[in-house]
Amino acid sequence: MSAPLLQLTSVTKSFGAVRALKGVSFDLRAGEVHALLGENGAGKSTLIKVITGAHQPDGGSIDIKGERVAHLTPASAHKLGIACIYQQPALFPDLTVAENIGLRLEKTRSFARVDWSARRTRAAELLQRIGAEISPEAEVCSLSMPEQQLVEIACALGAGARIVIMDEPTASLTQKEQHLLFAVVRELRASGVGVIYISHRLEEIFALADRVTVLRDGESLGTNAAGELNETQLIQLMVGREVSHIYPPAESAPGEVVLSLKNLGSTAGGVRSVTLDVRAGEVVGLAGLVGAGRTELARVLFGITPADFGEILLGGKRVSISSPSEAIAHGIAYVPEDRRRHGVILEMPVAHNITMAVHPALFPGGWLRFGAETELAQKFIHDLSIKTYGPDAPGSSLSGGNQQKISVARWLATKPKLLILDEPTQGVDVGAKSEIHRIIRALAKDGLAVLMISSDLPEILGMSDRIAVMRSGTLTAMLPGKSDAHEVMAAALGKEAA
Amino acid sequence: MKRYFRELSVAAALALLLLVLALVAPSFFSPQPLLSRLTAQTPSLVVAVGMALVIICRQIDISVGSQFGVCAVIAGLLAAAGLPLPVVLLASIGSGMVMGALNGWLVAGLGLPSIVVTLATMVTWQEALRLFQQGKFVNLPPGTQWFGLSQLGGQTALICAALVLLALAAWAMKNLAAGRFIYAVGTDAEAARLAGINPRRTTLGAFTLLGALTGLAAVMNVVQSPQVQPTFGAGLELKVIAACVVGGVAVNGGRGNLWGVFAGLLLLAMINPALTSLHVEAHWEKAIQGLVILLAVVADGLRTRRNRR
Repeated sequence: MSAPLLQLTSVTKSFGAVRALKGVSFDLRAGEVHALLGENGAGKSTLIKVITGAHQPDGGSIDIKGERVAHLTPASAHKLGIACIYQQPALFPDLTVAENIGLRLEKTRSFARVDWSARRTRAAELLQRIGAEISPEAEVCSLSMPEQQLVEIACALGAGARIVIMDEPTASLTQKEQHLLFAVVRELRASGVGVIYISHRLEEIFALADRVTVLRDGESLGTNAAGELNETQLIQLMVGREVSHIYPPAESAPGEVVLSLKNLGSTAGGVRSVTLDVRAGEVVGLAGLVGAGRTELARVLFGITPADFGEILLGGKRVSISSPSEAIAHGIAYVPEDRRRHGVILEMPVAHNITMAVHPALFPGGWLRFGAETELAQKFIHDLSIKTYGPDAPGSSLSGGNQQKISVARWLATKPKLLILDEPTQGVDVGAKSEIHRIIRALAKDGLAVLMISSDLPEILGMSDRIAVMRSGTLTAMLPGKSDAHEVMAAALGKEAA
Repeated sequence: MKRYFRELSVAAALALLLLVLALVAPSFFSPQPLLSRLTAQTPSLVVAVGMALVIICRQIDISVGSQFGVCAVIAGLLAAAGLPLPVVLLASIGSGMVMGALNGWLVAGLGLPSIVVTLATMVTWQEALRLFQQGKFVNLPPGTQWFGLSQLGGQTALICAALVLLALAAWAMKNLAAGRFIYAVGTDAEAARLAGINPRRTTLGAFTLLGALTGLAAVMNVVQSPQVQPTFGAGLELKVIAACVVGGVAVNGGRGNLWGVFAGLLLLAMINPALTSLHVEAHWEKAIQGLVILLAVVADGLRTRRNRR
């Protein structure tokens, strides 16, 4: 047999202290659909970015069609026939389909005259080849998401791509659109293209894939022919069994209900009818796949996205929350997911960051009292053992774990009743991770109600007193804390536990 | 020291310029022309303080020149009608506040880009004033110029007032919660919102304050001459924005210091008299000013590029 289209050997990649890929080997043959599976954070996206040249691997090698590629850049990957179709197509919305295809495929010479009729003809041909009924004259913003994906695929074909990566292509498609897409994928395979197919929907994997590779914690668990595995085995592979990290034990007995949601929904936020109780002194883990509506639910609770229907009860009283400052006044605290963007203002000193949400209480009348501010900051630096050279250090001088602690400190300073944590240990090294877990546990012991969103399944299982699982904007399961990883994953994937 | 490096280097450049002048052309420091030159800068300084807040908030207001012109004419007409100076002052500040608040409401309330909003209001106020005044001067009653004091007394009063205001504003930016909100909103409005700060109110406040200061500055200009010309305020926006940029206010918000703006304004304003004193043709003024601005922008650009690494 000839050399595979793509061969990755022992590829490693770290981001700071986080090892995203720990020596992954992967190969793709011509004319196959190779599914790539794994939980959130297993390393799929990083692997894709290595293949498309967006990230440089720290170690390992990449061979394309039998030839070693030393330094892959997005431009050279494109030349080598690698194309990636993202869930959110990266097209120019105000240009037509033909213009978008032309931009990708035509040789760019700044002052060459555009051959409009050739551009239109080529666009029409490519679209026809994949059976898409889209006018080349249509503006991309008028197309639906799947139509835009088809345009992307047409671009990939037109560029002569031999390696096509599809990252959750069906996430926003209807049943009928999916079948159209499957037909296109099968056609690509028949024409000798190698397809790397990423999806969380197991039925698609079995319908399309020839081989399956499962990633977990940045490692490949091997490649199998799709026919050799059943769903249960796949889920088992994805979640693993051992918990690699000791979690602090739950010590508190849950008290009274702090937060109660009754059929809460938000059209704008994509949350559909969530009913949930969170008690004082307990940690409720909110599990689910990316896009299941977990962060959206948190944003509704914090008054960022308006709720359209249902009720929010705090301490038994019905409340309406229409802004973060109202949420804070009600005793809700939200440590957001993207700490670099929204959790900590990196340009500002540690102390300013910590006091940012308690201005009205700490500084009555709007007069800053630097003594009180420094004192409060010192207290949290000590309590959460934040490693910094002082309250005046800029946020950017701290490590990721310590920035996260500042984000937590800011919210603890508001003395909340309910603490919502969104991916509290994402991008944090192992040491800081267990410290953050210890802090969360201690807070629950002190009677705080904690709602913890996490895509890290061991973390959900290790930290939660109860586990709520979301899928497509609704709560699909409410499981006890000592649940099996398999059950949680099955609920998140929308499968009955086997 | 390192934190205020940018501001200190502007101050150092200013000091260097003054030193050269002291050595080469000591006549530059004779009291009366110097006092007049400084007095002429006081309205710009007051507007620049407000502009700095708006730019730190990650916005811009290019309509201040027009606001200034409108306020000056209102102040002049009221003074000519015989109203006492305090009333004239309040009316001018009030008119400025209304115009500033309108900009703020369009930007913060409706979420429109400030450059376009203030371009529109700039043209609107300017043309409205032109139609209303038809190019006529407003003659001021005696007793208005220099607040009815001697020229020396009036100049001293204006310089003192501007400096006190600058010191007060600089203190407030550091010591009031509102000042910190401006920095937070300018750095990352979404992060500020998630921390319970209201970015809209902060932005609206900054624009309104700029309007009020522009109204105050208009009166400070009116009292310097025997009549109000309808061209008062022309080009003011460029001058104060340049002072902010040279003084180290980051154009994309979140960073800046009012003392730096003060140094920047003086540096730009001293170029013309310095050239005259050094017997260089004054035509070079604009070119050199442009060069200074370019230098400041390049320095800031290099700095942000380095920080991003």
